[in-house]
Amino acid sequence: MSLEAPHNLAFSLSDHLPILQVLIPFIAAPLAVVIGNRIIAWWLAFISSVISLLIATTLLGKVIDGSVISYQIGGWAPPLGIEYRVDSLSALILFLVTLVSTIILPYAYKSINFEIPKEQHTLFYAAYLLCLTGLLGVAVTGDAFNVFVFLEISSLSTYVLIAQGSYRDKRALTAAFDYLIMGTIGATFFVIGIGFLYMATGTLNMVDMSNLIKGQESLSTVRSGFVFIVIGIGLKLAIFPLHFWLPRAYTYAPSAITAFLAATATKVAVYMLLRFMFTIFHPNFLSKISIFEYIILPLAIMAMFSASVIAVFQSDFKKLLAYSSIAQIGYILLGIGLMSETSLTAAVIHIFNHGITKAVLFMGIGAYVLQGRGSFLSDLEGIGKVMPWTSAAIVVGFLSLIGVPGTVGFISKWFLVKSALEIGWWPVAIAIVLTSLLAVIYCWRVIETIYFKPLLSKKLTAETPISMLLPIWVGALACIYFGLNTEAIMTTSQMAAKSLYAGSFGSL
Amino acid sequence: METNTAILLSIIIPLLAAICNIYIKKHPNLRDSITLISSILTFLNVCIILYNVGNNTTDTMILFSVASGLTISFHVEPLGLLFALLASGLWIVTHIYGVGYMRKNKEENHGRFFACFSLAIASVMGIAFSSNLFTLFFFYEALTLTTYPLVAHKGSSEALKGARTYFGILIGTSIGLQLIAIIWTLVIAGSLDFTRGGILLGKIEGPLVALLLFLYVFGIGKAAIMPFHRWLPAAMVAPTPVSALLHAVAVVKAGVFTILKVGIYIFGIDFLKESGASYWLMWLAAFTIIAASLIALTKDNLKARLAYSTISQLSYITLGMALATSMGVLGAGLHIVMHAMGKITLFMCAGSIYVATHKTKISEMNGLGRLMPITFVAFLIGSLSIIGLPPLGGSWSKWLLILGAADRNQFLIILVLILSSLLNVAYLLPIFVKGFFLGKKDNTPHKSLESSTLIWLPPAFTAFCCLVLFFVADDILLFLTPIVSLE
Repeated sequence: MSLEAPHNLAFSLSDHLPILQVLIPFIAAPLAVVIGNRIIAWWLAFISSVISLLIATTLLGKVIDGSVISYQIGGWAPPLGIEYRVDSLSALILFLVTLVSTIILPYAYKSINFEIPKEQHTLFYAAYLLCLTGLLGVAVTGDAFNVFVFLEISSLSTYVLIAQGSYRDKRALTAAFDYLIMGTIGATFFVIGIGFLYMATGTLNMVDMSNLIKGQESLSTVRSGFVFIVIGIGLKLAIFPLHFWLPRAYTYAPSAITAFLAATATKVAVYMLLRFMFTIFHPNFLSKISIFEYIILPLAIMAMFSASVIAVFQSDFKKLLAYSSIAQIGYILLGIGLMSETSLTAAVIHIFNHGITKAVLFMGIGAYVLQGRGSFLSDLEGIGKVMPWTSAAIVVGFLSLIGVPGTVGFISKWFLVKSALEIGWWPVAIAIVLTSLLAVIYCWRVIETIYFKPLLSKKLTAETPISMLLPIWVGALACIYFGLNTEAIMTTSQMAAKSLYAGSFGSL
Repeated sequence: METNTAILLSIIIPLLAAICNIYIKKHPNLRDSITLISSILTFLNVCIILYNVGNNTTDTMILFSVASGLTISFHVEPLGLLFALLASGLWIVTHIYGVGYMRKNKEENHGRFFACFSLAIASVMGIAFSSNLFTLFFFYEALTLTTYPLVAHKGSSEALKGARTYFGILIGTSIGLQLIAIIWTLVIAGSLDFTRGGILLGKIEGPLVALLLFLYVFGIGKAAIMPFHRWLPAAMVAPTPVSALLHAVAVVKAGVFTILKVGIYIFGIDFLKESGASYWLMWLAAFTIIAASLIALTKDNLKARLAYSTISQLSYITLGMALATSMGVLGAGLHIVMHAMGKITLFMCAGSIYVATHKTKISEMNGLGRLMPITFVAFLIGSLSIIGLPPLGGSWSKWLLILGAADRNQFLIILVLILSSLLNVAYLLPIFVKGFFLGKKDNTPHKSLESSTLIWLPPAFTAFCCLVLFFVADDILLFLTPIVSLE
């Protein structure tokens, strides 16, 4: 690619943004451990998260017009050297991850104080920073093996973070262990798949790999590689029958971690899926093996229905939200499975929109739990009267989950239904609205409980402390703001969908 | 004042009133006066729009764009303006009545109640002035959400159950059917703007037209076409002012208003007529008219009887649209006004009776009329207007609907309309008769049960308006004519 030739040498700081995106939280993590003070550790995490957000915003601004940033580590040109590559899709994921992280850290400061003993805090923030590094790294890199490395960094730190919930509830340990097993199997499948592709192509650079795979699609090495990769990512992504680790992990992890993971981890996995399926393997190949009609679409619709139905019958608010997440992942997969430019746009929008919606909801339930209530619906009766602000934010989150006009959830649903109708797939459109109605049921059960049931007076509680309330409301307002002013997210998503649809990494 | 500013103000003023209602907790008089002033200002605002625009249609004002092709935008057209005038005018009356009712009846949470009430009015104004289906859908959902707390107001398990039915049906139909219909429309027509003559001509044909209409009609649950009518009786657990303004005027009329808008400006009447897509709807509406009236006959609870009467009367309006003739559509438009005025009178009277005696059953009302003469006379006038007897407003709209049916040579429909009037007589007049002529008579002078002026004056006023409407019906018709003429 001659376009990138002048970029061999980077002269100014702004040319180094792709590597800084990963490096800053990566350096902050050991620093937090070395300094060993929990307040400084929080500040390190927060400041590096804010800087990462600034970097991600800058990158997003640079690629929103459809251009691609290619960064060569150490000046070694790809395919020999490792390339970091930012296009509109990866920039949007970077933006989502850093935005959610920046919103959640102020919330975490208070909530972690309640949930985890003080002497663990520095290690906690170090693990958090590593997790952030891993997630950002997956999105920023253009090297297939590098994806695996970052995936493992984020996964290993995630297991640790989930296990931290054991100070509140011992079941966090088994939840973390389950996830460890499933996650490791997933990672193994993934790396085996990459091995196969390396066998066939002799390269690890994604763009290069994509070019070399063309024409070899009928090789069973390539095909097995594809299967291993999709299943490996599917485990991380909690695609419907591979989702068993998710509800327990989300329920027992510390509140801030649940919010962070629900909003980012599965979304980054979706990014990986998109990248491997569309960029490395060409969409033509995907259509040829009919993966959309026979695998992705049925699984998506099954996830939407079964997880929503299970959510309706949950009595634990956190579990309810976890199952709803599985259903929402179904919507994203549905967008991928419909395989048109509109539907891919809808999928990418929903990655972002569902990320911020779930962050708000999980932060909200975390606030309830910390104020002395459990997360069971029977513990939350009438809580809307004592915690009006938290509850109002939860209502906003629910409206967005249902897809009421004026919230981000509506925008994704609108484009999903539209894409289904455009290609005349009626049953799919009906499935989308039917599962939305299931969402109405499980959301409304909670709203009735918190607002219209008499207050349980066994424990007196007060409103959430302002330092936690503020992040929740920033998230809730983001749900409304991005639902009314969709231009930036929309343009980025359309750009991303266009390049995915063309089967390229950024360039059209 | 500029028309566009006035449109925005008519939405913003109720919003501000809602905020005042939430924050002024300690001074109920101040709070209620501010809301009263807001309601008057809103009405004046709509009057200014009327003065500026008359029955013309203004250019679209785009407030902001949500995504390409999806804009929140407003314009003024005769039907919407009429609806806005009606809702904002009756808000003043109902607010006065509501203050009296809520205080006398010692209901709780006044702030939340009046705040949601104002928010509902803001949504209604948004519906009335919306210039495309997306905007309309936005405010339609907002209206459902803001009225839910009003229905659940008492918080009892009965109220919660009613509210759940209310919310479930309205949200379910709108997301499950209406949203699909709207997106389908966008996909085939490429636009969602309300355009004279419709936007679907030539874009869709055959049985699909009827299917799309089906999705719209059932998706607009607020129009209470059977079998999606259950929410209306369920909503009767709300305090009576809510039933009066929202469930006799604003919410249900938002439903039939949406149906009219879709029929006139999305399908286009001529297209509906030629494609014959609305033929089935005509019969369904006729069925709803008769069936709901028959159910009303069996109800002993006064509010439930009125609720079923409302379901029946709403289908008159749907029927007018389904006839797809100018006369039918004009009759439907006129019936929005006539029925609103009559039904709000009846509901306010029902509320007055409840406040004074805590009686809800018709069988317990023997002789009450002699104790509450003003209320019962107002009730009689409202009833006669609903039945459609001259010299009351309701007679004109029924007349036009009958003419519309005659235009289409649907004599069975004419029969239905006449039969329905007879049924109206059968379920409305006995209440008045029982009130005045039954019950034990004693000649000892008794104390009048009429409560405070705030409670008896509003229904008396709206009853008087029913009378006035008979004489101005022609002007309203003239005002509405542009919606059926294609320039």
